[in-house]
Amino acid sequence: MTEGSPDKNPATAATAAAETLAAAERLPRHAAPTPAEPRSFAARFLRALWSANTVTVTVLAVLLAMIVGGILIITSDPDVRAKYSYFFARPDDALAASWNKVSDAYANLFKGSIVDPLAVRGAINGTLSWERVFFPISETLTYAAPLALTGLAFALALRGGLFNIGVQGQAIMGAIGAALAGFLLPLPVGLHLIVALLAGLLFGALWGYIPGILKARTGAHEVITTIMLNYIALFFLAWLIVQDGVQDPGRTDAISKPVDGSARLPHLLGWLGPSLRVHLGIVLAVLAVWATAWLLSRSSFGFELRAVGLNPEASRTAGMAVTTTYALVMAVAGGLAGLGGSTMVLGPALTLTPAVIGSVGFDGILVGLLGRARPWGVLLAALLFGALQAGGNRMQSFSGISLELVEVIQALIVIFVAAPALVAALFRLRPARAGGIETGMAKGW
Amino acid sequence: MTVDEAEAVAIPVPFWTRERRVGTGLAVAGLLAAVIFGLLATSQDAKFTLAETISGSALPIPGTLGAVVFGLVAAVTGGAMLAPGARRWFPWLLGVGIVAVILSFLCWQVSQAPVGLNVMPIGNVAHTSLELSLPLILGGLSGVLCERSGVINIAIEGQFLVGAFAAAMAATLAASVWAGIIASALAGLLIAALLAFLAIRYLVDQVVVGIVLNVFALGLTGFLYEQLMAKDAARYNQPSRVPTWQVPGLSDIPVLGPLLFKANVFVYGALALVVLIHLGLFRTRWGLRTRAVGEHPTAADTVGIRVLGLRYRNVLVGGLVAGFGGAYFTLLSTTNFNKGMTSGLGFVALAALIFGRWTPIGVLLAALFFGFANALAFFLGTVSSPIPSQFLNMLPYVATIVAVAGLVGRVRAPAADGKPYVKG
Amino acid sequence: MNVLYGLLQPDEGEILVDGRPIQIKGPRDAIAAGIGMVHQHFMLVPVFTVADNVMLGAEDVRDGVVGFLDRRRARKDVLEVSRRYGLAVDPDALVEDLPVGIQQRVEIVKALTRQVALLILDEPTAVLTPQETDDLLIVMRALKESGKSIVFITHKLKEVQAIADRITVIRRGRTVGTAPPDTSEEELAAMMVGRSVILRVDKAPPHPGPVMLEVSGLVVDDDRGHRAVDGVDLEVHTGEVLGVAGVQGNGQTEMVEAIMGLRPLVAGSVALEGRSLHDRKTRDILRAGVGYVPEDRSVDGLIRDFTVAENLVLDMYNTEPYGTRFIIRPDRIAESARKRIEQFDVRTSSHDAAVATLSGGNQQKVIVAREFSRPLKVFIAAQPTRGVDVGSIEFIHRQIVHEREVGAAVLLVSSELDEVMALADRIAVMYRGRILAIVSPDTPREDIGLLMAGVVGDEASPAGSVAGAPADAEEPA
Repeated sequence: MTEGSPDKNPATAATAAAETLAAAERLPRHAAPTPAEPRSFAARFLRALWSANTVTVTVLAVLLAMIVGGILIITSDPDVRAKYSYFFARPDDALAASWNKVSDAYANLFKGSIVDPLAVRGAINGTLSWERVFFPISETLTYAAPLALTGLAFALALRGGLFNIGVQGQAIMGAIGAALAGFLLPLPVGLHLIVALLAGLLFGALWGYIPGILKARTGAHEVITTIMLNYIALFFLAWLIVQDGVQDPGRTDAISKPVDGSARLPHLLGWLGPSLRVHLGIVLAVLAVWATAWLLSRSSFGFELRAVGLNPEASRTAGMAVTTTYALVMAVAGGLAGLGGSTMVLGPALTLTPAVIGSVGFDGILVGLLGRARPWGVLLAALLFGALQAGGNRMQSFSGISLELVEVIQALIVIFVAAPALVAALFRLRPARAGGIETGMAKGW
Repeated sequence: MTVDEAEAVAIPVPFWTRERRVGTGLAVAGLLAAVIFGLLATSQDAKFTLAETISGSALPIPGTLGAVVFGLVAAVTGGAMLAPGARRWFPWLLGVGIVAVILSFLCWQVSQAPVGLNVMPIGNVAHTSLELSLPLILGGLSGVLCERSGVINIAIEGQFLVGAFAAAMAATLAASVWAGIIASALAGLLIAALLAFLAIRYLVDQVVVGIVLNVFALGLTGFLYEQLMAKDAARYNQPSRVPTWQVPGLSDIPVLGPLLFKANVFVYGALALVVLIHLGLFRTRWGLRTRAVGEHPTAADTVGIRVLGLRYRNVLVGGLVAGFGGAYFTLLSTTNFNKGMTSGLGFVALAALIFGRWTPIGVLLAALFFGFANALAFFLGTVSSPIPSQFLNMLPYVATIVAVAGLVGRVRAPAADGKPYVKG
Repeated sequence: MNVLYGLLQPDEGEILVDGRPIQIKGPRDAIAAGIGMVHQHFMLVPVFTVADNVMLGAEDVRDGVVGFLDRRRARKDVLEVSRRYGLAVDPDALVEDLPVGIQQRVEIVKALTRQVALLILDEPTAVLTPQETDDLLIVMRALKESGKSIVFITHKLKEVQAIADRITVIRRGRTVGTAPPDTSEEELAAMMVGRSVILRVDKAPPHPGPVMLEVSGLVVDDDRGHRAVDGVDLEVHTGEVLGVAGVQGNGQTEMVEAIMGLRPLVAGSVALEGRSLHDRKTRDILRAGVGYVPEDRSVDGLIRDFTVAENLVLDMYNTEPYGTRFIIRPDRIAESARKRIEQFDVRTSSHDAAVATLSGGNQQKVIVAREFSRPLKVFIAAQPTRGVDVGSIEFIHRQIVHEREVGAAVLLVSSELDEVMALADRIAVMYRGRILAIVSPDTPREDIGLLMAGVVGDEASPAGSVAGAPADAEEPA
């Protein structure tokens, strides 16, 4: 279908729109092209602030998501709901109860993720330990480390034009690899950790390579194959942990032996107190972010990856091996996810269980999207999501709000960030350079 | 003289045609089956009955003999594909070959079961297959409605979840499964409305929207489950099962009767929707326009069809269908809601959509195939198969990968699927 | 015209039909007002039958509620219209299987079944052979006779003179003037372009050397598995431009893609300097000294979101001096980009700007600059000046001639016959996947036109030139 190629127009229109966004995102580094230049710096700053730029949209997206979350809190609480039954008689009753409920929940969210002012005061007075002060931030970083890695796994594939929905499965395989190396291999301190991490990376890379090579060889869409591989990995894990030599001999339930001490990720703040779980994983994550950023901007492979992601046809015409790139991208992404899974099992978990990695893989997808598929953006997104997770724990135990609310809020943040035009319309922002989530192309199956 | 009359250029036909490759593969698989399954099978009979239960008369086949013979049958059909002129018979040979391999495998599995359990009630397996395929049919049909008009729907999983949740909750609160079913469809509609709004109005990448909506649905139902259902199950989470209706007369037909005419609203609904959507898509004005919008929206626009309106409508109707499919999980398969209970079947439905080539009949057949893979895993568990249950559970997912990988390239998605339409 | 048909909305002004002002908010309103349009890019659904395409949007249905299609009546409608106006089409054929000329008939039938009073034809002859164009003109006359009004948009002056009753010249969105059909071609052309432009390229006589690129017995399938190239033999010598003329869609695209290793060969061979390129990767072919300007620059030639600098090294990023197998050197890439932007007169704000921000002509210059920055043995240009402004066309043509002068073998594929005639030393005419003849550029236009339409007449003059041409071209007098 050379001529009459259907839908050429809409497709190009869509890409054109995406490109305008992309071009607009590049602009801020140069001058802000404002027709009527406001006078003072403050006025200009405010003007820029209230335009639909990336930062403003993200902040407002978080705010909107919290508002929707608040509504959910109110409607799902029977006590508060009861007060709404006589709303017209005494509205302040219902409003006060709603406010108390929501503000209490979100206060706990903050205290559980950043810092609890009471603990700071106590530590200064000497009545409480510094451990309490650093606990929230330690938790946030603990959750953020694997999220950053799985987020990178999704983001890197997206830059290569692939939807890696298989982050979860790759992370599971990574955890398996790391754990097996962690309790099966008798190795000295130091080396053992490195080997375990490498094993996790390799297992994850292998699990990523499968959909990559299937896509390259048969054209099977990675969305389907990666999702299926997630379930296969999960069942494989379930089978593995009840095998002899893997299962904890002292237990009858599905749990593996613990990882040897020599393969564990050392705690960073262990000297302040045993409850500070933050471990070397967060350093690893930052290194991985840096390495990915370097890979994308300075390496030949990164050049190929970006080219293929943006326009596979032109890349092929320029002599690049598009299908090989697909397979490699998926392997590298899988490796990152595997590393993410490894930090879970070598860090806080130490044993394999069916739920060892929780949902870091799926959450990584959201992190990758929220970070707009840029490595440092992914790190920031991972910190935000890690904070939400850590705070959510406290919110659950102190305010009785179940942890799933965090998941809802996270999904809503990404929805709003993905639709900057929607946020701009809701807040009547100046229609400026909002970068939505770029996927490189509007592509079908 | 014109060019058409000039002599044709002789083209060498490559030896490894698709038929030859498949044939060779099948022959090898058949031989392997004959050897491996033959060795593993026991001398005990493998009995097969059309009935729903394992008591009663059954066709006995000696295990080892059956495994070897069926394996050889598969090998022979594979060999036949290599013969010249076999092209015409290719689909039939392939079908026979695959069935023979499965039978060889079953002879081994059933023959090694403990005495008394070495019976395969085919009627029962068929029944389970159909039942397990129901959500896949409904989810796949939702996909047909959306994707034929050019909107990729990855949010089927999320629509299932909210449908399942709403069904359980409404059916319990109203003490009526019908209220549950209506609520499930409306809940599916809600997710569809979000999908349509974001994808069509705000041009957000459809795959991204779908992924995020799935997480949203998972979180929302999980949150509400914890806040409401977990605290007071009796009030919110104890729906009753949908009733079984019997069509008098027709239900007495052997095998097919109990399967199709002694069934519930999901069976009747799914089958009726397959027929309805098939007729609608290929025989009516709505269908013609839907397909035009999915293939070439600009062309549809130039003849005065409202592209976006039609896409909205189809996505919303798709949401109703998928939501209804979600009710299956809480009103038929179980009778309570659980977090994440759809366990990825929404994605398998998506695979059924692709496997079924974006047609309702194709979706039906693909869904039945996946349902069978699942039912088989289930049955093998009852004959204490030596294969670990976890691997049996992988079966449908592995089958999906094989199906999609083996098929893509030969199926063509609607040309404008996944591409937002912007005027001008 | 898209405004008239409701696809775009006017910023100001009004539209009068039969003297009454009307609002056209969308194609519906246009159709209701009796306006039909045949678009330059056909608005047909490829996987539908002709009858389904014709009735789409105005379906014949058997009942109002469900809307069951009445396909029998739809067929009858198609047959009736095609009989009345002499537009033979098979209502049951799939549109994707039809040749372009017939697809256009389907478009016209589609408009006519909607009882239009005014038919707009947007560049309808761009994809037609001269013979198909003649047929179309006959149909247009028949339509005129039956009382329909026709707006015929074209840039081909001869066609306008042949059919029009009144001519309106539009330039840059403004009406320049109206002229009677007997206005001379030169006057019309002057009105169209504002200043007189002559499509002429100064070039020295060719000095063809040995065969550099040899294509023999090439057979290639298109994406749908249909035969696109059906046994092509070509030899391109160093120091010559071999032009491939032909109406678009006769296998030129597939042939070039096969040469570049982008499309599998079904049969035949491609050789560079006598060495087979069979099973060589595109990258190896490029690095062996083949330069390639693809037909569709925004799809195959450039990565729109990449910067100009990145696009300039799209094929060389991992070789010295720009990088190695493992790393790239952005500073060197930028430096060489600045040099080449100047050398090739690429108008861009910076080498760091996304290539999508450039005009079409400048985008094309980026591709040409990229390909010419390595030593070339063969240069293959497919539609190198499509959608490019006049200034850039001249520049690109000069570059192509220059490349010939320094001894490359140039294969120029273009559906613009004038371009081929101006640049080529020999012209191969391609029709339905075959080379019908190789003629000299002095051959009369009409003869080449006949060949492009697939007519290889024994009585027609091309026969003579077919035999004589290759010799003529290789040994210029």
